[in-house]
Amino acid sequence: MSGHPADPHGAVHWIEHLPILIVAAPLLAAPICVVLRRARAAWTLAMAVTWGAFATAIHILSRVSAEGSFSYEVGNWAPPLGIELRFGFFNALVLVIVTGISAVVLSSAPGSLREIPRERQYLFYATFLLCMTGLMGITSAGDAFNVFVFLEISALSGYALIAQGGTPRALTSAFRYLVMGTVGGTFFLIGVGMLYMVTGTLNMADMAERLAAADASRTALIALAAIVVGLGIKTALVPLHSWLPDAYTFAPAMVTAFIAATATKVAYYALATFVFRIFGREMAFERLGLAHVLLPLSLIAMFVASAVAIFAKDVKRMLAFSSLAQVGYMVLGLALCNKSGLTGGIVHLFNHAVTKSALFLALAGIALRLGSTRLEDLRGIGKRMPLTSFAFVLGGLSLIGVPLTVGFVSKWYLVLGAFESGNTAIAVLILLSSLLAVVYIWRVVEVAYFSEPPEGAEPVKEAPWSVLVPTWVLIGAVIYFGISTQATAAVAERAAELLMMGQL
Amino acid sequence: MIEAGLYNYWVVIVLMMTGLYVVMAKGNLLKKVIGLNMFQVSVIMFYISMGKVEGGTAPVLSEDYTVYTNPIPHVLMLTAIVVGVATTAVALALIVRIHEIYGTIEEDDILEQEHPEYLAEEAA
Repeated sequence: MSGHPADPHGAVHWIEHLPILIVAAPLLAAPICVVLRRARAAWTLAMAVTWGAFATAIHILSRVSAEGSFSYEVGNWAPPLGIELRFGFFNALVLVIVTGISAVVLSSAPGSLREIPRERQYLFYATFLLCMTGLMGITSAGDAFNVFVFLEISALSGYALIAQGGTPRALTSAFRYLVMGTVGGTFFLIGVGMLYMVTGTLNMADMAERLAAADASRTALIALAAIVVGLGIKTALVPLHSWLPDAYTFAPAMVTAFIAATATKVAYYALATFVFRIFGREMAFERLGLAHVLLPLSLIAMFVASAVAIFAKDVKRMLAFSSLAQVGYMVLGLALCNKSGLTGGIVHLFNHAVTKSALFLALAGIALRLGSTRLEDLRGIGKRMPLTSFAFVLGGLSLIGVPLTVGFVSKWYLVLGAFESGNTAIAVLILLSSLLAVVYIWRVVEVAYFSEPPEGAEPVKEAPWSVLVPTWVLIGAVIYFGISTQATAAVAERAAELLMMGQL
Repeated sequence: MIEAGLYNYWVVIVLMMTGLYVVMAKGNLLKKVIGLNMFQVSVIMFYISMGKVEGGTAPVLSEDYTVYTNPIPHVLMLTAIVVGVATTAVALALIVRIHEIYGTIEEDDILEQEHPEYLAEEAA
């Protein structure tokens, strides 16, 4: 019936088992956090686990670059009957981003987590670790049903994290996210079920093979549609985005920095792997015509969301709408369906994660000192909190796509991809939509640097070091990877190349 | 037996669409959760139906039988049930807190409290 476990007396190299720990360690640490009950102890444990996961992710990425994609057999049961974790260029890169951002953002937690009373913070860290477990699981799973389970683990803990925002509206936005997210997850489950009907397997590599061999039946096409809708909700692709702006606006500042950089990115990864790896380019784009749906939707997201961001009265909300626009760029890269476009999408996944978490973290510092992120309250903030404000400006430049920031690199590849697909209009639209980003970032700059602080305003200090340092670490990454583009672009290019051939 | 085979799937689709409709159309948060549950249950039924093998028996090895029902969808659905229970639990916890703060679980009343200025403009 099933495979036999390998020789238990064989020498166990602990380094061989690091890949499973990236999923298992946060899962095991979460209940320990609950037992510890003290905020400082729980935070220390969570820090050890997330930084450890970051180191592991870098180890996985270097192993993938050295020897190509590899698989970890859970419990020593060989796939396809056993469950495997599969690592390639794409998901190793996503793992590095997610763990890196989690680690940096979590470092700011003791200073920035003012929404939750200290005696209940241990529960927050436990939930944070569970959310990370889910995200790690989606990214490394080689089994379609595991993706669903981890998707729901990350989503459920995500709802709980967002509901901690401290305002009544945090609760209602978490509830709306729950309804949308569950519908999305269930659509994904329907899709996986139909795939199982057609192929009789849940292993993703196996599924791809059998799906290519079988005639693309209507069941498979409906499976693709259900999966695209389900993951589209999780990625917050316009018009399935309605949960995102409220959830980002009312979540605790630190949670927004974490979720904005990770949850939608991991969902995008899942979308790209299902479309390219399992269904394959031919079926998704030639038979179902996915590009006809995704291309207009991503263009709408780029323009409409950016336009709404211009009129937002709250900077946190502005950045939330800007996130929708950035999801548009990522999906555009996927929909262009050529190597440069896909490279742009993958690089943008990395770049936007770093940029947006830096921006939200800077905003967390501002919220901590001012107690508000409304635009009118930010008057003169450039003089009152110079370091935080300057970090925000640099992040904003990357959002626009100014050269020497990471934002430029991804737009460059996207424009290349648009030219490669022979569609010059799209290239022009990418550049035009960047101008909208100039407008909304400029509104913040104008208020922050060119207007006087409100009269009788209490003097405010710079954001605490525990927030300022992580913010500047992320801004440092924005600049570093913007100048030395080879590190990310080369991995993304290789990942895109493999993905175009249906491999990880 | 073809009609009998498809009968299950018709039930699945009716349940699924009813659930989705309730989620979208009902303003009561509790009813939304019930709709969500119906939607999830329809998927469970979908998996169980597809695992059924015509003439198959329960998947317990025995010399008397050669045809067994596929057990994998059942196992998967055990997990999906757990996910459904967890989702319902989180949703109910949120509803309790929303009720404590807003004093209502009707979406219209909540929106009214969240956007008083917007509704005032609309009325004017």
